[in-house]
Amino acid sequence: MEKTVNQKAWFLVLPVLLLVAFSAVIPLMTVVNYAFQDTFGNNVFFWAGLTWFEELIESDRMWAALGRQAIFSAIILAIEVPLGIFVALNMPKKGFWASFCLVLMSLPLLIPWNVVGTIWQIFGRVDIGLLGYTLDKLGISYNYTQDFYAAWITVIVMDVWHWTSLVALLAYAGLQSIPDAYYQAAKIDQASRWNVFRYIELPKMAGVLMIAILLRFMDSFMIYTEPFVVTGGGPGNATTFLSIDLVKMALGQFDLGPAAAFSLMYFLVILLISWVFYTVMTNLDKREG
Amino acid sequence: MAWMAWTWQTAAFFGIIAALLITFTVLAIKFPETPRTGVLRIETTRGDRLFITLLGSAFINLAWLGLVGENQPYALGVCLVYAFAVFRWV
Repeated sequence: MEKTVNQKAWFLVLPVLLLVAFSAVIPLMTVVNYAFQDTFGNNVFFWAGLTWFEELIESDRMWAALGRQAIFSAIILAIEVPLGIFVALNMPKKGFWASFCLVLMSLPLLIPWNVVGTIWQIFGRVDIGLLGYTLDKLGISYNYTQDFYAAWITVIVMDVWHWTSLVALLAYAGLQSIPDAYYQAAKIDQASRWNVFRYIELPKMAGVLMIAILLRFMDSFMIYTEPFVVTGGGPGNATTFLSIDLVKMALGQFDLGPAAAFSLMYFLVILLISWVFYTVMTNLDKREG
Repeated sequence: MAWMAWTWQTAAFFGIIAALLITFTVLAIKFPETPRTGVLRIETTRGDRLFITLLGSAFINLAWLGLVGENQPYALGVCLVYAFAVFRWV
């Protein structure tokens, strides 16, 4: 059946538009205004032109934070996506254990970010934490407040612990939607386990996997709370990701102008990547449909 | 409004973007179109092409600032060429 086109429905989203204007558009406009000015407080501003943008593009600080951020996002995606798919493939399909696994998997997702940070902060401590204490007794040097690699491993493992279940749950939902007929056909053709995965399960999961990758990418690219609680961006600047650097700049140093310019560039990068993901996703859907 | 720290430059910037959005909305209502597939192999409407143009222009300006560093207004010229290319071929 043809869908009827009724553009008047757009008026129904006006209240949402109003809300978004107050919660997103107006603050964003203010950030743009700040990015071109300097202030010494008292809400008095001086025109600075492109100074802040120029300064940031030439500074190592932003590029270093961007680099760390990109590496972090790449690593957690490379771990969480295959691991999530693996977990989803091995989860029971129905019955008591299916529900049990679903609840178990969704538990980490229900814990607030700062609590996750605190859990891992204590877990990893050498004096009272189970992980830190055990590693220390085994003779492995582990101190996330002083050692570069320990800090990175802690932050990455924490993110994997927190978010792999999201990928797993989405992949599981994708798997559940595959009709049995596909598997039966594969059995008749004597397809190997790998071929079933490659030609049936993976293509059928592609849509939800794209959503999972998009969500995990965005979240990890904007990560703030967990590394802030666990390492505070340290040791040195080792785990100072974009958001942490931005907050240091805006609230720590109160450099509103440079911080606003920083946020705008950050925003542009996120906008670009989201657009690419969204375009790929909708085109995948169209090809399938 | 004072807390938003407006300047005429930023006001003009947002004014132009708002004007573009309104123009394209009116165009979309007056002259409905079917999406087409261009060099990027994706379906785009006029609105999509405007978005690609604006987002690309932001990056062109940043790249100009980082690589050339002076005569910023010339970057807008590059943006216009880019906009033409996007509307013609994407």
